Amino acid sequence: MKKVIISLIMMFGIISSTSFAGTLVINTDTSDAAPKEAFEYIIKKFEEENPDVTVKWNVFDHEGYKQSIRNFLNTDPPDVANWYAGNRMLPFVRAGLFEDVSDIWKDSGWVDGNLSENMEHAKKSMTIGGKQWGIPYTYYQWGVYYRKDLFTANGISVPKTWDDFVAACATLKAAGITPITIGSKYLWTTAGVFDYLNLRTNGYEFHMDLTLGKVPYTDPKVQAVFDKWDELVKPGYFLENHAALSWQEALTPMVNGEAAMYVMGNFAVAPLKEAGLRDSNLGFFQFPEITPGIPMAEEAPTDTVHIPSKAKNKTDAKRFLIFMSRADVQEEINKILGQLPINKNSSVKKGDPFLKAGLNMLNNAYAMAQFYDRDAPAQMASEGMKGFQEYMSNPDRRQKILERLEKVRQKVYK
Amino acid sequence: MELNNPKTKRITWWQKNQIKISPWIFLAPGLIFFSIYVIAPIFVSIGISFYQWDGLSPSIYVGLQNYIELLDDEYFYISLWNNLKWLIFFMLAVPIGLGLAIFLNQIVFGIRLIKSLFFFPFVISQVVIGLIFTWFYQPNYGVIAPFLNFIGLEGFSILANENTATYGIIFAGLYPQIAYCLILYLTGLNNINPEQIEAGRMDGAKGFHLFWNIVLPQLRHATFLAIVVTVIGALRSFDMVAIMTQGGPYGYSNVLAYYMFEQALSEYGYRMGYGSAIATVLFTIMMFYILFFIYRMYRNEREDNN
Repeated sequence: MKKVIISLIMMFGIISSTSFAGTLVINTDTSDAAPKEAFEYIIKKFEEENPDVTVKWNVFDHEGYKQSIRNFLNTDPPDVANWYAGNRMLPFVRAGLFEDVSDIWKDSGWVDGNLSENMEHAKKSMTIGGKQWGIPYTYYQWGVYYRKDLFTANGISVPKTWDDFVAACATLKAAGITPITIGSKYLWTTAGVFDYLNLRTNGYEFHMDLTLGKVPYTDPKVQAVFDKWDELVKPGYFLENHAALSWQEALTPMVNGEAAMYVMGNFAVAPLKEAGLRDSNLGFFQFPEITPGIPMAEEAPTDTVHIPSKAKNKTDAKRFLIFMSRADVQEEINKILGQLPINKNSSVKKGDPFLKAGLNMLNNAYAMAQFYDRDAPAQMASEGMKGFQEYMSNPDRRQKILERLEKVRQKVYK
Repeated sequence: MELNNPKTKRITWWQKNQIKISPWIFLAPGLIFFSIYVIAPIFVSIGISFYQWDGLSPSIYVGLQNYIELLDDEYFYISLWNNLKWLIFFMLAVPIGLGLAIFLNQIVFGIRLIKSLFFFPFVISQVVIGLIFTWFYQPNYGVIAPFLNFIGLEGFSILANENTATYGIIFAGLYPQIAYCLILYLTGLNNINPEQIEAGRMDGAKGFHLFWNIVLPQLRHATFLAIVVTVIGALRSFDMVAIMTQGGPYGYSNVLAYYMFEQALSEYGYRMGYGSAIATVLFTIMMFYILFFIYRMYRNEREDNN
């Protein structure tokens, strides 16, 4: 009997120690074509530079990953896992599942100079409780994507101020064109509009205070945001029936020339171009100024890599994180992704006007917001976005919605 | 004395109790798995509903807090109300299924093919049906768009309107449910005693009268089954909601089953305690229905035996 037990223990021992030192297990959610290719490339490069390390790479389905990471961090932790910055990583940090990597950020003796300096603008979104919990490697800008030809045909120039923006909407509407398209079936697109209205009306600090639960939703400053929103919603400047459409379905009116603008992330460019738009008729501009003098903060959701605290091979995991922070690596990975590197010393893919505009905008940005559903805790975000969608369909219910959100806020941030 | 009697000697405990025990042995595998995978989780889930737990951090005991929050939750009432709409309108599947079954219960050339075409919606996955109906309802280019234009509702989106979304989903849900009831009734019609109908006809019964007093009572078991599966189908209406609206617009087409999922397991959820509280409420409602029907079934069986 004893013998049986011992051999069983040995068997399990062998099975569970398959990832010995020298093997680096990486889990990612990069199931889409470009991200997958980017990681393929980058892992090959890492292995070439570190011949003593063998990488075992598990690709998860992008959507399924959100569920599986909660399991594997506890039960079968890899050495490196990718995730998102801001409040999105808070539950894992709080549960002690992510490793503190502040030393990588602090130590300027690592490969490529001082991280805190080269990635200064992204540091805030990686910091919880004064410590850094991962390395950001890519982000992309949000803003207004628009049909250049429709603007020209109606004599509209790119709006720099809120009044210009509203006037442009009025002109387009009068010409029978939907000024702004949006598909809010999955709710989050509404948060993009809210974030920008709040960032421009009240500024970055107030937006962060709101998403961190320090300000009530019934605050006059929040009312001011909805006053601005009213100016777009009440005259019907947004696409009708947006609640029935996904964000992709809402691209169609824009491709067909029935809608002129979309408040979106840079990932919308690829499907728009696939559908036939070209650099000549598709353009990008920064969300216009609302309150003059408020420094312009931008929306730039950031993707990150982390070390699970239960990882077996933390030494090599740290090497990988340092590798991912390097300017040349971020340059390569973002060339494939078609996104922007975080490291200031990286350059961007040439000949892409959208990336160039985005880089320009973000390098001059006062601060970076992660997006409502990453900055605010999950429950607040889901109720908030539901509220935004309800408001966009029924602007007269504003007061009731804000009171409900305030009730949720008091529960969530106890 | 007894020891010498070969008859008493041979009767062991096993032999004495064999008849009583053997059914339990045969039932054992089923019972064990049923308790592990169905009964136990019910109690575990009720237990979780007294905790605040995100699935990662340690859980905190909060007593009835989740239930108190539920009472003050607008979306909970919307979902409950929608569940009621489902219960009422989903019931249409039963009479429509019966009507179709009677219509199809005739012997003409090719009826088998026609019958199987009517079964078809039941065979298609709910997900596919949900997706196709979403396309039907699409404003501007959906199949029903010309009809809506005709009655002056140009560009009207059924699934984006808080007042119509639930009915849109129920309508899509009826499509396979009618087929299900149809199958149940067709089998029931096969077992109808033709002599009774003959006798009825001789006594001058015809048309609706014949149907109501002679055919329908004989279909009682099929009706019972059709109602039970439809009630349960209405209460667990999850997949259609998930595919077609995800509870939207802004939670107005939510039902308890989907709201539970949203709170406990969706991307922005992970409130296991709150989700479990919703599940417990849903379970209680279902339990009432099921107990009521089991009681009726029991009573009917007894009447039959008397």
